[in-house]
Amino acid sequence: MTANGAVLDVRDLRTHFHTREGVVRAVDGVDFSVRPGEVLGLVGESGCGKSVTSLSIMGLVPKPGRVESGEIMFNGRDVLTMSKRQVQDLRGEHISMIFQQPTSALNPVARVGDQISEVYKIHRDLKKKVGKKSAIEMLERVGIPDPDRRAASHPHEFSGGMAQRVMIAMALALEPEILIADEPTTALDVTIQAQILDVMRELQRESGTAVILITHDLGVVAEMCDRVAVMYAGRIVEETDVATLFADPRHPYTRGLIGSVPVLGRITDELATIPGVVPNLMDVPAGCRFADRCEERVPAGLEICTSEEPDLFAVGDDHVARCWLYTEKISP
Amino acid sequence: MFQFVSRRLLLAIPVIFGILVVTFLLARLIPGDPCKSIIGEKATEEACEAFYEAKGLNEPIPVQFAVYMGDLAQGDFGDSIRFSRPVTQIMVERLPLTIELTMAALAIALIVGIPLGIISAMRHNSAVDVGTMAFANIGVSMPVFWLGLMMIWLFAFKLGLFPPSGRLTAGVVSIPYYVAWGWPVEEGTFWFTLNEFISNHYIFNSLITWDWAVLRDSVHHLVLPAVALSTIPMAIIARMTRSSLLDTMGRDYVRTARAKGARDRRVVVRHALRNALLPVVTIIGLQLGALLSGAVLTETVFGLAGAGTMLFEAITARDFPIITAFTVVIAVGYVVINLIVDVSYAYLDPRIRLE
Amino acid sequence: MFKMKRAVEQAEESETDLLDKPTSLWRGAGRRLLRRKGGMVGVGIIGFMLLVALFAPLIAPYGPNDVLIGKEDVKKREPPCIHLLGCDPEKPQHIMGTDGNVRDEFSRVVYGSRVSLFVGFTTVAVALVVGSVLGAVSGFWGGATDNIIMRMMDVVLGFPALLLAIAIVAVLGPGIRNTLLAISIVSIPAYARVTRAGVLGIKELDYVAASQALGASKIRILWTRVMPNALTPLIVIATLGIATAILDAAAFGFLGLGAQPPTAEWGAMLASERNNILSAPHLLFFPGIAIMITVLGFNLFGDGLRDALDPSLNE
Repeated sequence: MTANGAVLDVRDLRTHFHTREGVVRAVDGVDFSVRPGEVLGLVGESGCGKSVTSLSIMGLVPKPGRVESGEIMFNGRDVLTMSKRQVQDLRGEHISMIFQQPTSALNPVARVGDQISEVYKIHRDLKKKVGKKSAIEMLERVGIPDPDRRAASHPHEFSGGMAQRVMIAMALALEPEILIADEPTTALDVTIQAQILDVMRELQRESGTAVILITHDLGVVAEMCDRVAVMYAGRIVEETDVATLFADPRHPYTRGLIGSVPVLGRITDELATIPGVVPNLMDVPAGCRFADRCEERVPAGLEICTSEEPDLFAVGDDHVARCWLYTEKISP
Repeated sequence: MFQFVSRRLLLAIPVIFGILVVTFLLARLIPGDPCKSIIGEKATEEACEAFYEAKGLNEPIPVQFAVYMGDLAQGDFGDSIRFSRPVTQIMVERLPLTIELTMAALAIALIVGIPLGIISAMRHNSAVDVGTMAFANIGVSMPVFWLGLMMIWLFAFKLGLFPPSGRLTAGVVSIPYYVAWGWPVEEGTFWFTLNEFISNHYIFNSLITWDWAVLRDSVHHLVLPAVALSTIPMAIIARMTRSSLLDTMGRDYVRTARAKGARDRRVVVRHALRNALLPVVTIIGLQLGALLSGAVLTETVFGLAGAGTMLFEAITARDFPIITAFTVVIAVGYVVINLIVDVSYAYLDPRIRLE
Repeated sequence: MFKMKRAVEQAEESETDLLDKPTSLWRGAGRRLLRRKGGMVGVGIIGFMLLVALFAPLIAPYGPNDVLIGKEDVKKREPPCIHLLGCDPEKPQHIMGTDGNVRDEFSRVVYGSRVSLFVGFTTVAVALVVGSVLGAVSGFWGGATDNIIMRMMDVVLGFPALLLAIAIVAVLGPGIRNTLLAISIVSIPAYARVTRAGVLGIKELDYVAASQALGASKIRILWTRVMPNALTPLIVIATLGIATAILDAAAFGFLGLGAQPPTAEWGAMLASERNNILSAPHLLFFPGIAIMITVLGFNLFGDGLRDALDPSLNE
């Protein structure tokens, strides 16, 4: 636990990709914290940097990406200053991760049971038989029927939903403090989606694991999360608990997101969208990154938006938003 | 699994039959007269007539084929026109050398090629990687007979490290194991032929009889040809391993393995390599074909009396029985080996079994 | 031969996901090709060899079959004599020495390029045309035709390639023309299989149906989608095939089955001087190096092409 009681504290994280065409600033100053046992949603559209943030925490950022600066405090230590060995010790045992495409995330030539018991072998050096038994128990816990037979099967014999359950079993086997779930249900059927989320929530509550749930689906957020952080163009633009987010969104982007979700039963002529496109992360504009798409800037007569980037201002009890609308410092 | 194997077997049968037909026809189609080739240009009409009668060459072709198939079924390859000896006997004498040479070359190619490929992949774009790939490119572009000649010049003549040709030094004789151990084996039986065949693999034979002199000598003679022959397959295996491993390392399941906290060695060996080496297995079957082709050239260059040179001489002399028999054996062997490779692949890759 | 076989397999696999290859494939490919050093070296070598072959009469100081007994004071199998490097200016210059019949080795090597390149290009052209027609017919018609053609291909592939080619040449007799035929025949299955895979892949594609639903004519689909994707593996295999063909042709020459004397052919030149390895190693070195460099050029270019045309396959 860090000083403020959080289990994970990310401060000013910057991860950039040095490509041939230029530097892509995928994560450009991200701050958030995760409290023990809570489900934090990390929301945003494709390309906003949420996946890269999670990979940065795990130390799995692929080349040509690199964490440039920042601090990732876990249990009082900065993960970014740890040695490779120490980070490897953390993975799987204290911080786990599951990914979007479960069927391709499993080794095709190894038995499923062996893949689960591998975490026991790596971190606890358990004997084969014991590990095997524990793996079967985990399979049962995630709701896979006939776990003995299933443990001896290979990944291609599993459907998407089943495979994701296996991934969850693998990730939660050692009861980590944090589970990072990167769009775990995006590739799955809607009906399966609900089941997977149930499994996740049940296990999470049982073991008290905190979850960072990355998604672009607000429905999932509403169902699963305790708190939510909204990301846009590599920055966090709003952070609060889930009820407040939906009841009283403050940042114009968040408002746009929530407003664009069609409501059952309400008849409209057009689907609401946020006009414009995401900025090019190689060539970040000065000022607020959302400025050119913001529909509240002009009516409020704000000019500072295009020249200076706002900080995260407090807009309520445990509620911050990165917008010039919420500071007395507005100079017309 | 059983279904898979039986299906493959069934598919192989028409191919093998096709090979038999094609080989038979090809051999018969070779222009030129076996009579003239063997008895000589001056052979008279009657001598040749008698010759044809004796060798059964006057029958219509379909009949000859039927006779041939019938004989094959009994394991009888007929007699060589040139040597008037059973072809089977000639095969027993010549084939082992080719087998030893090919196996040795394949072993070298795998033992050197795969690690090279792995190292290149793990140190992607480093000097080692670039250097190895450059060598591989050059290796694949060299004609094997030229490489053999250059190696003979350098290692045999200039440096005197290895013998330039032959299988054993004059005077060194390999004693078959059944003689060395005093096993009573009757001449003329199938059992005898089999044992003779096995004992003609000098390296194997000298190993099991612990005949150090023969072992050392035969290995010494095999080094240069085996290395020369292995160069092209080695280069290809190295490239294949490298690209396959590079591809595998970027896969999701490797990321998962890392996310589980696995150390690099475990990630590479247990997760990446187990998958990356699968395509290399399929390549092995194809390589055997190249090795067999290359063996003909290598045997010629190094003066080795193997099946390759025998086949080549037989073609020039229009010795049908030898041509047909050797080609059939080699081709069928090739099909069988590819079958084994396919089955092994299915064993190693559980996804394939569902076919 | 295996590089080709491997390329064939890769092509057969990738044929089935043709979905995201727009026509800018050509432009992007051009740029990527220029970037690849290996490929550019390959192009350089090929260009060089083509020039040598084309301008052989201008480059070679002597005719390839000019026997110099009586015309010059040289013996057979003389070591190289290069005036620039200190050879006695009184002696006639033979930068690669003379061969066993007192002919200028350098001129023979230069003229030898013509034979090798000719065989390389011709066999591939023939195999490409015949193979792709067979493959297209097989894939398009399907059913029994497909089966028969593919079984025939399997039988050809059931033999180790060089052995089958040797057998064919044995039947037909030695000589360049029969060498061409033999090498073409054993190469055909590769092109047939790749073309067939391409045709099959296209037939299945959803987006072909979608394109048609949107009104695109069959010809337009053929040109913008089908061709780039089907051609790609064929081009790569053809280039690598030339490399293999040149090696095979040299092997034939070495075995005495290819170009007959007195034609200057690299493989044959190696065969004729085999026994003089101690006294005249240079006569074995130069033709072999020539083979190697030429083949290397095509291999490098073929690899560069493959990487450029489908970057997802390598890297």
